[in-house]
Amino acid sequence: MTTADLLLVALGAVAVGAGVLVVSTRHIVRAGLWLVVNLLAVAGCYLVLAAELVAWVQVLLYVGAVVVLLLFAVMLTRAPIGASDDLDRPRWPGALIGGGAGLGLAALFVSGYRWSRVDLPSPGTATALGEQIFTAWVLPFEVVGVLLLAALIGAIVVSRPDIGSR
Amino acid sequence: MDDKLTQFGQDVWWLVLAKVLLVFVFLVLMTLFAIWYERRVVARMQVRPGPNRVGPAGLLQSLADGLKLAFKEDIMPKMADKAVFFIAPVISTTCAFTAFAVIPFGPTVSVFGEKTPIQLTDVPVAVLLVLACSSMGIYGIVLGGWASGSTYPLLGGLRSSAQMISYEVAMGLSIVAVFMTAGTMSTSQIVDAQKDTQTLTLGGFDLTVPGWYAFLLIPSFLIYAIAAVGETNRAPFDLPEAESELVGGFHTEYSSLKFALFFLAEYINMVTVSGLATTLFLGGWRAPWPISLWDGANQGWWPLLWFTIKVLLLLFVFVWLRGTLPRLRYDQFMRFGWKVLIPLSLLWILTLAGIRVVQGSDLTVQARLAVVGGPILVALAIWMFWPDKRKAIEDPGVHGVDAAGRIGGTEGFPVPPLNLEVPVSPRAQRVLGERETVSTSKES
Amino acid sequence: MSLSPYIPIVGLFALGAGFALFSVAIAPFVGPRRYNRAKLDAYECGIEPTPQPIGGGRFPVKFYLTAMLFIVFDIEIIFLYPWAVSFEALGVFGFVEMVLFIITVFVAYAYVWRRGGLDWD
Repeated sequence: MTTADLLLVALGAVAVGAGVLVVSTRHIVRAGLWLVVNLLAVAGCYLVLAAELVAWVQVLLYVGAVVVLLLFAVMLTRAPIGASDDLDRPRWPGALIGGGAGLGLAALFVSGYRWSRVDLPSPGTATALGEQIFTAWVLPFEVVGVLLLAALIGAIVVSRPDIGSR
Repeated sequence: MDDKLTQFGQDVWWLVLAKVLLVFVFLVLMTLFAIWYERRVVARMQVRPGPNRVGPAGLLQSLADGLKLAFKEDIMPKMADKAVFFIAPVISTTCAFTAFAVIPFGPTVSVFGEKTPIQLTDVPVAVLLVLACSSMGIYGIVLGGWASGSTYPLLGGLRSSAQMISYEVAMGLSIVAVFMTAGTMSTSQIVDAQKDTQTLTLGGFDLTVPGWYAFLLIPSFLIYAIAAVGETNRAPFDLPEAESELVGGFHTEYSSLKFALFFLAEYINMVTVSGLATTLFLGGWRAPWPISLWDGANQGWWPLLWFTIKVLLLLFVFVWLRGTLPRLRYDQFMRFGWKVLIPLSLLWILTLAGIRVVQGSDLTVQARLAVVGGPILVALAIWMFWPDKRKAIEDPGVHGVDAAGRIGGTEGFPVPPLNLEVPVSPRAQRVLGERETVSTSKES
Repeated sequence: MSLSPYIPIVGLFALGAGFALFSVAIAPFVGPRRYNRAKLDAYECGIEPTPQPIGGGRFPVKFYLTAMLFIVFDIEIIFLYPWAVSFEALGVFGFVEMVLFIITVFVAYAYVWRRGGLDWD
């Protein structure tokens, strides 16, 4: 066990723990906060795996933007202070299927890669990633542009029917 | 790992500890100083002395205020979400402190026989770290506003976060040109890239300018400066604290040390954006031109002084803006951010990229013209065919007052009638009356 | 890649967080504590507080739209950074790619502008 392994295990534990809290807490805004902890832990995992740029992109985009959007959405509709009891619906079949699928996947990965050794690729610096994205992965990159276009138009069509085409 | 960055992360443990402590102390001292500085400078601008009682020239005023805050009652509002109310100022302050970790203060020096750069640390994506920290600082504000369980703080928090995310886009875009020119995102290398003077050819004249990106990339610097003021919620963009609308904004319900932490975070953020501006645009810790002729200016501990002076000058600009400009209206502010700053920065990035592509390639004349002319044509076409909705609702100005005393027809805002005749005051009437009687008595 | 450059960052983070937590934690014990019902109410300039009813406090959807726009532009910026850093190596091809990408996003932006999504009133 190297330091990196230990860090990875610890961060993974934090991520899983925060994830469990996201779905189990009854405070809707605190669920968002636990999601932040979870995403930060995942970013830490990326960092340990030498994907430096991806780690900070994770922090900037998911923590800095996506969860802010979630919080806004929660506050737009309802964000009561205190526990909301209707958040807690015991659906045991669903919980069992979800948990079983997660554990099964984990077991599959563990059994599949247990003894195989994967060396870390060269560090994910901005230069390396930039050259990859803009030479080998041009098409997906441009498709992302179209996806963003669709997302934004969808957002305005759904959220502002009132302003219409003036 | 980049070759040039190998000097970072090699320090012995006590040096790391000392540097962490020094950065912390630097930030706290800068905050205390900046509060005093701001109050003194604004006071001078308003022709009054400002705080001058506590300590020499009032220097200890902010320390006294901070200590006083600690001994004030810590109010936990009845409706508050206690845990989140507690954690929000901690998030704000922690993010503010962490962002400063990658700002370079100076070159490599030797401390007790250990060679080390005067910079806490540097990573290949250092500037992203600063941006990430500042975007996480939003949580402190939006959560603080929400957790207070009160109407005004909630509104203030939402407003504030919407403002910060809007100006974060402009800030992020303004930095792209710096990365493009320097070819790196690490702060120490960006400072390095601004080392040499550049020669610009303008209409046959060769101008030698400092390699500072503030000169080479003027539009970026201006956009960054504006966005930085918006990002730190400072006047004239201090809408979250618009007293007339929102009481105190997101920290209305906060008191005692929790309030002090929000205050600390705000000033540290000011120092951080100033430090980042210094690093990215003003040559970092390198001495400005007349001093840089002296060989020793960029060696040893001197750069610490140049860096601090540059940061203080930028802080002065913050104060100057506050002392000069009135607060913007929220819709004006958002319009400025989204409709002016962002398209401008995108256009500037593309222009710069186009110029550099043309300069760096061995294209034919036609291809060069296509690269340069194409985007310009597209931009012109967009501008020409841009649907102008604003024509419909013309701004009538003061003269468009209709009979009902409204501006801009029935859709406009009701205003008090502007052609109202002010009744003559009783005192003036009496004076006038007396004169008239005097004059009539003479004539009769 | 070694993680050693991140140790000082973690150090500063820990010191900042420790300082903030300490301040917040001692605040209730250092200051006085005088009970007053009005003091614990929501502060609304002295009038009887009218807090948002639970679950009923709704906000203009414009905030949501702003956040959505922010995400889209943030993603664009994130793509611009590696592009800017390796700009020299990419040359004309990279430039054309990025122009196409920016134009695509700009169409969405122009649409939002046209629909009045950027207007605050």
